[in-house]
Amino acid sequence: MFDFLSDYDDPTLLGAFWVTVQLTVLSAIGSLIWGTLLAAMRVSPVPLMRGFGTAYVNIVRNIPLTVIIVFTSLGLANIFGVTMGAPDDFEAKAFRLAVLGLVAYTAAFVCEAIRSGINTVPVGQAEAARAIGLSFSQILRLIVLPQAFRSVIGPLANVLIALTKNTTVAAAIGVAEAALLMKEMIENEAQTLLIGAIFAFGFVVLTLPTGLILGWLSKRLAVKR
Amino acid sequence: MTSILYDAPGPRAKRRNVLFSVVFFVLLALLLWWIWQTMDEKGQLEWALWKPFTTSEAWTTYLLPGLADTLKAAALSMVIALPLGAVLGIARMSDHRWVRIPAGAVVEFFRAIPVLLLMLFANEFYVRSTGIPSDERPLYAVVTGLVLYNASVLAEIVRAGILSLPKGQSEAAMAVGLRKSQTMSSILLPQAVTAMLPAIVSQLVVIVKDTALGGVMLGFTELLNTRSTLAANYANVIPSFIVVAVIFVVLNFILTSFASWLEGRLRRSKRSTGAVLGADKVDDVNAAEVGGTYGTGAGGSI
Repeated sequence: MFDFLSDYDDPTLLGAFWVTVQLTVLSAIGSLIWGTLLAAMRVSPVPLMRGFGTAYVNIVRNIPLTVIIVFTSLGLANIFGVTMGAPDDFEAKAFRLAVLGLVAYTAAFVCEAIRSGINTVPVGQAEAARAIGLSFSQILRLIVLPQAFRSVIGPLANVLIALTKNTTVAAAIGVAEAALLMKEMIENEAQTLLIGAIFAFGFVVLTLPTGLILGWLSKRLAVKR
Repeated sequence: MTSILYDAPGPRAKRRNVLFSVVFFVLLALLLWWIWQTMDEKGQLEWALWKPFTTSEAWTTYLLPGLADTLKAAALSMVIALPLGAVLGIARMSDHRWVRIPAGAVVEFFRAIPVLLLMLFANEFYVRSTGIPSDERPLYAVVTGLVLYNASVLAEIVRAGILSLPKGQSEAAMAVGLRKSQTMSSILLPQAVTAMLPAIVSQLVVIVKDTALGGVMLGFTELLNTRSTLAANYANVIPSFIVVAVIFVVLNFILTSFASWLEGRLRRSKRSTGAVLGADKVDDVNAAEVGGTYGTGAGGSI
């Protein structure tokens, strides 16, 4: 029943899911950094930075991820010669470009998640802290950020799960991850339903623990108000 | 302006903010100049590449038919997914365990799976098991994938919408002797639908964005797909991407603005209970928020 799986060795089933995991982890790290920077701009007291952050988020959020990913390949790589320092190898290049596209897109959502987390802290908290004479860095370190981080876990978990699912879009530029392997298998093999079930199961395995663990964590750490 | 992070600025903070503004402005200008320079170097600013967009041919042959297909797929998906989602959402709140658990399983399953997988599977299913002609098949596959995914997201929205209503509504219905089905159909659902409208409209943005997936992976002739035909014809890859991105941004911006306008209107409205499921609510329609177990496929709006 599962015999056909051994016909696929570049990549194997596990290999393809491993690429999905790599895409997810690298893009998650990248978008966390870029998204935090964007969020810092959006809540900063400098109007120009706020404007840039707002514009970036509103533009990028409204463009389909597929458009962004395809653009990294056809536009950035083919026309502008951006290769992200990849060796002259189609696979490696597509992988890095996909990560770039995923980071650019996901960062907008990370930014919004973090900003909404900061906004859940009541202004009275900071005012009370100022009233008892804490300095700016003390207010951030002791009062605001500890509360903000806790309420950010839930929304960030949602973004991470969505990112895991979004990595399948990288198939559009030929990254050999799970969705591309599924497309190949499902077109060539007879067991359509079985193949669908295998890949569906793979994604449930990837997203379910993330949702359960981070969901439990965000509930546990939530600030009761 | 004061916020949780900083107080209203005094003279020193004002000077510092001006300094930051100037530095950031210079950095931004450098970035824009660099992008402009690179575009110029690669000959992407030449008028010949942009000129097609001023002619009607590019629009009537490529962009508008593509946009029409995008909208068609999105509208069809929404129209089919909405009743399906309502049924699933209500089933998930049923008092009978044999209804509640299967409905919950279906919702969580389809939310956990990338919509691309659903589209690919639907496409192959139609190839093998039905006689749908090959030129219509991509539309069917895209709509099927989107319906399966969005019905389960909408199911959660419906559930959250019903749960957002004040408890007094169903208690009062019970007190005047309505049956459960009557309470649902004449008391809860009509109010929940109003409360859900903003969330539904912003889910439409997600659907519009996801149609692009079908263009690349299944050959569905939506906007991104007709863009590549256009670019092959006029050899203007970068300008065509920019135009298509602008179209998507404008379209989705209109939808988003409409959603927040609706939300504001419903919040102000005196006739309702004041329960509104905001446009942002889609982000955190995960089971944890609405009183169930934490689900798999959160992040409905991304």
